[in-house]
Amino acid sequence: MTAMCDVAFLLLSFFILATKTKPPEAVTVMTPSSVSTKIAKENAILVTLTKEGKVYLMLGDKAKKQAILEDVNTTKALGLSPAEMTKLRKMEFIGMPFNKIKSMLQLPEPMEPAKMEGIPVIDTLHNELTDWIGSVVRSYAGESLDNLNLLVKGDNMAKYPAFKLVKDAFKKNEIFKFKIVTNPEGVPADSELALNPPGGAPAAKEEK
Amino acid sequence: MAEMDTSSGGGHKKGPGVKKTKKASTRVDLTPMVDLGFLLITFFVFTTTMSTPTAMSMNEPKDDPNNQLKVKNSGVTTLLLGKNDQVYYYYGELSPTDASAQFKSSNFKDIRKIILDKKKATPIGDLMYIIKSDKEATFKNAIDILDEMAINAVPPGHYAEVEMSDTESQLIKMTEQANGIK
Repeated sequence: MTAMCDVAFLLLSFFILATKTKPPEAVTVMTPSSVSTKIAKENAILVTLTKEGKVYLMLGDKAKKQAILEDVNTTKALGLSPAEMTKLRKMEFIGMPFNKIKSMLQLPEPMEPAKMEGIPVIDTLHNELTDWIGSVVRSYAGESLDNLNLLVKGDNMAKYPAFKLVKDAFKKNEIFKFKIVTNPEGVPADSELALNPPGGAPAAKEEK
Repeated sequence: MAEMDTSSGGGHKKGPGVKKTKKASTRVDLTPMVDLGFLLITFFVFTTTMSTPTAMSMNEPKDDPNNQLKVKNSGVTTLLLGKNDQVYYYYGELSPTDASAQFKSSNFKDIRKIILDKKKATPIGDLMYIIKSDKEATFKNAIDILDEMAINAVPPGHYAEVEMSDTESQLIKMTEQANGIK
């Protein structure tokens, strides 16, 4: 009895400590899995792609958020007042077309992300994400682009063309490196990767 | 469960007629605490998300029409992602005459062996996988196929995503109809 009690409370303390309070996600996205073991960094510029094909932008880099939003306000002539800018800065998800941002901010209650229509990425010509990423890149001007932590979080069921347009928006801004948020997954046993882990013995060269 | 042991068993024996003196026990009933403990355990077990998301790196090539990569026909495998998690593939170049014979269907379970067999049969310098995604392919498919490349340890630079041609999407449509995939 005492032993069982001890184990139970050990487990309890383990789970309490291991639990990380996760902020509730306003937009549900089921990410695909990959064998990658790198941990997704926090405070990223995150592009979310939902299964309906809606695109949201999250500016996780607090230091740059202000600069990015101001750059968008001037370049896209949104005509936002300082009060509206503060409101916009408080929003976690950005997911409205440029021409509807002002009217959204004038609503008495902040709009729920699920009700937003998403940043329009219809085709190569109507891709507002390109402009958003452009502002992001400008805010990192003078810095190495390695500091830009750009993540794409897509839903399993999102269609490929939507993802392609997101990639196009990055490419147009000369960004060729980004990361995809995935769920960790075990490397299948007796696969090439499991037999020759990167950084291990240079066994791969034997194949030449 | 945890019961209080109030009997003074194992003590010195008292004679008949001698009244037992009741000792105040120092032991507390633990049952409610244990119950609560297990309740909390179940709660935390269910709410814990053990896996933190990982990040997969993507390196896109720069689109440069003057700098097209030339690859050997013998080392090329083209993987096409269709709808309903189907994968189609062909080796080399599609010949205009018997394209449909070259064109084979597969799925994400079997494609690993196909990738691996080709990798083993080809000198590493000539090896090239071309990935093309159909309009109906999902984001999951696009990530899964890149993950397959990682699982099969195909070195970076030996696989690339390319836009699908009309002939290929026609072939996919025909194969889908023949295989009854909706």
